Amino acid sequence: MATESQAARGEGAPSTGAIARPTGDSPWAGAGWFVVAAIVLLVVAPLLLSDFRLNLMAKFLCFAILAVGIAFAWGKGGMLVLGQGIFFGLGGYCVAMFLKLEEAGPGQLPDFMVWSGVEQLPLLWRPFQHAWFALPAAVLLPMGIAALLGALVFRQRVRGAYFAILTQALAAAFVIILVGQQQLTGGTNGLTNITAMFNLDLTNAGNQRGLYVIVACVLGGAFLLVRHLSRSRYGRLLVAVRDSEDRVRFLGYNPTTIKVIAFATSAGLAGLAGAFFVPVVGIISPTMLGIVPSIEMVIWVALGGRASLVGAVIGALVVNWAKTGLSEQFPSGWLYLEGALFIAVVAFAPKGIAGLAELWRKRAGRSEGAPGALPRSPLGRLAGFARARRGGPDRLEKEPTA
Amino acid sequence: MTAISDGEAADALLQVQGLQVVFDGFRAIDGLDFSVDRGEARFLIGPNGAGKTTLVDAITGLTRPEIGSVRFGGEEVLGKREHEIVRLGIGRTFQTPSVFEELSVLNNVDLAASYRRPLRSLLRGPGKIDDRVVEVLETVGLSSVMEQAARTLSHGQKQWLEIGMVLVQEPQLLLLDEPVAGMTKEERTATGELIQRITETRTVVVIEHDMDFVRRFASRVTVMHEGSVLTEGTVAEIQDNPLVEEVYLGRPRDARGAAPAAVGQGGQ
Repeated sequence: MATESQAARGEGAPSTGAIARPTGDSPWAGAGWFVVAAIVLLVVAPLLLSDFRLNLMAKFLCFAILAVGIAFAWGKGGMLVLGQGIFFGLGGYCVAMFLKLEEAGPGQLPDFMVWSGVEQLPLLWRPFQHAWFALPAAVLLPMGIAALLGALVFRQRVRGAYFAILTQALAAAFVIILVGQQQLTGGTNGLTNITAMFNLDLTNAGNQRGLYVIVACVLGGAFLLVRHLSRSRYGRLLVAVRDSEDRVRFLGYNPTTIKVIAFATSAGLAGLAGAFFVPVVGIISPTMLGIVPSIEMVIWVALGGRASLVGAVIGALVVNWAKTGLSEQFPSGWLYLEGALFIAVVAFAPKGIAGLAELWRKRAGRSEGAPGALPRSPLGRLAGFARARRGGPDRLEKEPTA
Repeated sequence: MTAISDGEAADALLQVQGLQVVFDGFRAIDGLDFSVDRGEARFLIGPNGAGKTTLVDAITGLTRPEIGSVRFGGEEVLGKREHEIVRLGIGRTFQTPSVFEELSVLNNVDLAASYRRPLRSLLRGPGKIDDRVVEVLETVGLSSVMEQAARTLSHGQKQWLEIGMVLVQEPQLLLLDEPVAGMTKEERTATGELIQRITETRTVVVIEHDMDFVRRFASRVTVMHEGSVLTEGTVAEIQDNPLVEEVYLGRPRDARGAAPAAVGQGGQ
C-alpha cells in the first residue's frame, strides 16, 4: 500500500495516468485571485486607510482567520460550531496573560491582581511568564481541548443540532468561569491595557501597521493551509462524512478521527485569531467570547458562504465593516440588520455571497459560452439572482440524516 | 434447522451461530445458524421481515445482537466497530444506494480505495488515483461518467457505483443488499452479469427479493423465514421445496387451501 509504488505504477501507465486524476480544478486555480487579494491587503489597504481604520482592518482580519476555521468545520465537515468564542478566548487569554506579565516585569503581579489583593502569582499563571509556552499554547490549547471534546462526543455520535447546542452551552459555561474567577482572569473586565509586546509599543501607529501586515500574512497562511486540507483526500473524506457519516464508516474509516481533525483545526485557527486579536485591540474580555459573539461568528460565515473559504473571509470582513459603519451612525440598528441579513441568507441564498458569485459566473458562462467570464450587465446579475431564487434554495442545513 | 454439517464448517469463511437480534421484544433474528464457504456465491432470499437485512446489519456491526457468534475467517466479529469489521475484509452495499452525492464518481471510488492509507497520506494532497480505481470503474461500467458528481447518476448507476466502491476495497466477503431493487430490466441483467463476474474471484452473499433474478443468476440459495434459516439448496431444490412455497413463493402448484394463510404470516 506504499504510495511510492503507486506513483511508480501511475508513471508506468501513462494512458490511464493521464485520465485518472482526482477530479477538481488544478492546484493553481485561483492563484491569480490570491495574488490580487494579497496586493489589496498588503499594499492598497495600508496606503489608503488611516491608522485607525487599518487597525480596525487588522482586527477584522483576525476574525477572518477564525471564519476560515468555521468554514472548514461547518462548511466542509457539517459541524455547526456555535462555541468558537471559547477557542478564540483561550488563544486571546494565553497571549494576554503573557503580555500582562511581561508588562508587570519579573516577579511582579499584573495590575488587576494587585487591585484584588492577590499577593502571589497563581500557579495557573506561572507558565505564561514564558513566551515559548504562552504563544504556542494560544493555538495548541484550543486544539487539544477541541480534540478531547471531539473524541468524546463524536465517538458517541453526537451530531447535528445536538453538537451545536453542546458547543454553545460550553461557550456559556466558559464565560461564567471567566467572570467568576475575578482574581485569576480579571472577571468581567477581562485583561485590559495591553500596550506593549516584546518591548514594542503597541499604541505606536508604525508598530500597529507592522502588526497589520503580520496578521494579513497569517490569514494568507491559514487560508492556504485549510485550502490544502480541503483539496486533499482527507478534505473529500470530510465532505463525505458530512453527507453520509454511516457510509464512511462502512468504507472502513473511523469518522471520529476525521471529524476531530477538522474540529481541532477550526479551534486552532480560532485560537490563532484570538492570539493576534489581543495585541491588535489591546484587550480581551468575556463579552467577546460568549454565546452572542459565538453566534455572530457563524453569521459571518453564513453570510459569506460556508461552503467557500473565500466566502468566509469576505463574510467576516464585509459584516464587520458594515457593523462598524452602521453602528457609528445608528448605534442600536445594527443588531436588527444583522438578524435580518441572516434570515435573508437562510431563506434566499443559503450559500451566501460566495454562492451568488458562483451563480453569476455560471450564468455568464452559459450566456457567453466562456466559463469564468464576467456577467454582461448588472441587470443580468439581478435576473440571475431572481432565477436562482425561483429555482428553490438549497438546504441550509446539510446534516447527515442516515 | 440448518443443513450445515460439522465437516463443512472447517473451511467456512463466514460462520454465524445461534444469532439472536431483538428489537423492542420482537425477535428479528432468532437463533440463526448460517455459514458461507470461501469462494461461494450465496443468494439469501425470504419474505419481507424474514430478517435478511438484519442479518447483514448484525454481521457488519450496524445492529448489536443479543447473543450468538459471527466468525469471519475464524475471528469473532461481534463487538467490533463498523470500520474495524470492514478492515477485516467484509464489505457491504445498502438497499438504498448511499454514495457521496457531492463528490465525483471517480472520487467516490478513490476514497473507497484509500481506506488503508495512513492518515498522513490522506492529508498530504489530492493524491494520485490508483490503477485499480480505473479498472473498477470500467468493471461497473461507469468510466464514461467518472468526472460527474455522483448526484447526477441514475438510481441504477448509483447502485453500480456502490458495488464498485466495495469492489475496489478487495474485501474477502461482499454482502450485497438487494442490488437490483428499483432497477430497470436491462439494468437488472447487467447487474446480474456483474455479480456473476464478481463471484468468480470473491465470496459473495446477495440478498434478493426478486425470484426471477434469483432463478437466472443464483446457484446456491438460503431461504430465511421469521428470523432463522428455513432451508438451503440449489435453485432447483428450493423451487421444489413445498415449505418454501408456503412461506415465500406463495401459490402452490396444486390447490392447497392452507398456503395463502402461511404467506400472510410470512409477509408481516
